[in-house]
Amino acid sequence: MGKILMKGNEAIGEAAIRAGCLNYFAYPITPQSEVAEYLAKRMPEVGGVFLQGESEVAVGYMLFGAAGAGERVFTTSSSPGISLMSEAISYIAAAQLPVVFVNIIRGGPGLGGILPSQGDYFQATKGGGHGDYHLLVLAPASVQETAEMVMMAFPLAEKYRNPVMILGDGLIGQMMEPVEFPEQLRTAPSDKSGWATSGMATRGSRQRNLVKSLFLDPEALNNQNLLLKSKYDQMRREEVRYEAYNLDGDYRVLIVSYGTMSRVCRTAVDNLKAEGLEVGLLRPQTLFPFPLEAIRAAAGGPACQAVISIEMSMGQMVEDVERAVCGIRPVHWYGKCGGDVPTPEEVMDVVRGLLDGDR
Amino acid sequence: MGKIFTKPRSLTDQPTHYCPGCTHGIIHRLVAETIDELGIEERTVGIAPVGCAVLAYNYFTCDFQEAAHGRAPAMATGIKRVRPDLVVFTYQGDGDLASIGMGEIVHAANRGEKFTVIFVNNAVYGMTGGQMAPTTMPGQRTTTSPLGRNVEEVGMPIKMAELLAALQTPAYITRQTVIDPKSIRRAKQAIRRAFEYQLAGRCFSLVELVSTCPTNWGMTPVEALAWARDTLLPYYQIGDFKVPE
Ligand SMILES: Cc1ncc(C[n+]2csc(CCOP(=O)(O)OP(=O)(O)O)c2C)c(N)n1
Ligand code: SF4
Ligand SMILES: [Mg+2]
Repeated sequence: MGKILMKGNEAIGEAAIRAGCLNYFAYPITPQSEVAEYLAKRMPEVGGVFLQGESEVAVGYMLFGAAGAGERVFTTSSSPGISLMSEAISYIAAAQLPVVFVNIIRGGPGLGGILPSQGDYFQATKGGGHGDYHLLVLAPASVQETAEMVMMAFPLAEKYRNPVMILGDGLIGQMMEPVEFPEQLRTAPSDKSGWATSGMATRGSRQRNLVKSLFLDPEALNNQNLLLKSKYDQMRREEVRYEAYNLDGDYRVLIVSYGTMSRVCRTAVDNLKAEGLEVGLLRPQTLFPFPLEAIRAAAGGPACQAVISIEMSMGQMVEDVERAVCGIRPVHWYGKCGGDVPTPEEVMDVVRGLLDGDR
Repeated sequence: MGKIFTKPRSLTDQPTHYCPGCTHGIIHRLVAETIDELGIEERTVGIAPVGCAVLAYNYFTCDFQEAAHGRAPAMATGIKRVRPDLVVFTYQGDGDLASIGMGEIVHAANRGEKFTVIFVNNAVYGMTGGQMAPTTMPGQRTTTSPLGRNVEEVGMPIKMAELLAALQTPAYITRQTVIDPKSIRRAKQAIRRAFEYQLAGRCFSLVELVSTCPTNWGMTPVEALAWARDTLLPYYQIGDFKVPE
């Protein structure tokens, strides 16, 4: 299949179908309602399930029920909606259910705005709901990568029996770009007969399955949490993804940036290079697990004098960047989160400013 | 001579954690008998609530999911939409269904989701120690209405069966009780009918069961049955509130 021009939000819907996920529950919210509108038409064509729930709270549990019954299922929403789903996300992680969430972030806190933002980094990577759990968080920077990550998300969610979140922003959702849906990313669903409540007859078994999150015995709950932790540790070992840009030369500044913001940073890196200033860019593609070691190694580059986290938030990812850099270089932050994406010129000024004392 | 009385096959052998005289046990039995009679154990998925029945899955032999407080109808919707061939029932208390889960139950009923709700109304939050529920009677003392429910402040108890029957979508909505052998027989028939509507793909079905919580009512089991008869039943009237055409 060749490339087709698609809006990010529509590509999300199509990618899920191509990944073999035919069940979608959602509640409308800008800037991603096009996903629901697209799938309201498309799911019936492919014999899938489309249901507009009465709230994101309910949608969260529709996903729980469907995934618990052993079917591939996903939703899309934006920040306030994800806040409402967070109760269910905690239960879904606890019950070890593979569910894919897409958060097309809008400005916050509160009702915030409807323009792009990266203000939900903490919510996505550090919790949102209660208890010790993590989502596996993928952060695409183009429509093509969004489609690929949506397709990857289902097997990842099944590999770990854990919810996966695609963290995009309004721009990723709204922008039109050419996209191709790679055939090899279509996967067969995993065998869920050991745990899903798919009905004993379906499994040909007399062994009933239970999907639950209550462990009243302290030792049992501790063991359950150790089991979850072992999955998160495995993700830390096996799933870290990032893209390195201009990191082989003698860069004097290391930028860490993801999603839409990283595209602007890339342009800034090119422009600064043309001026004779070498700047490296490390773009995390997974936010959890976070590329701690790669960032630390890059920060240790011989000419590197400073590290900066550039994000459309008031300084969230920078805390992980500091954790990665471990004090070997000064770590800075630059960002905006009203809805305007910082321009390449702004980024260039900020980067030059970091080296000012040096001139 | 054959056996004339036995434990339903769909119940496990585990002794329940319910207090002596609690009606949850009776209701479990009625549901299990129904599952046996209809021969659906192997394709049934139950959903346990947050409330005294949170461990209901320890007593049933079929597949089970454990809900978050009030969300069972959304979970049942999720299961039923992706696996319409499964038989799905939720088992919910009055705090679960009529308070925190009011939104989920109303919308599931209104969409006409084809699952069955077993709604145990004991006019109190049993599990958390007897706090006021939306179903607590006027003047009824609970740990959070120590002077009795003041309807000036918190309104009248909610009649869920009537409220849901007011929706325009076809459904089977009935209220029964389990306070004596006769009412238990009627309740059983209603539960069976509710599952049959589901099996036929007809409609949403809900059986409200006026129940007792002797522990938190501060009564003996026998006193509790009498109080349910004299105080709850005049307000929560027994009968079918909606039957599909
Ligand atoms: C979100 C949330 N809020 C509160 C609770 C605490 N809680 C557990 S059970 C319960 C009330 C249950 O009462 P009911 O549904 O009437 O069931 P019963 O125990 O009476 O059968 C509450 C408030 C909880 N588990 N989760
Ligand atoms: S607290 Fe009440 S509802 Fe709960 S088991 Fe005891 S008697 Fe039954
Ligand atoms: Mg109750």
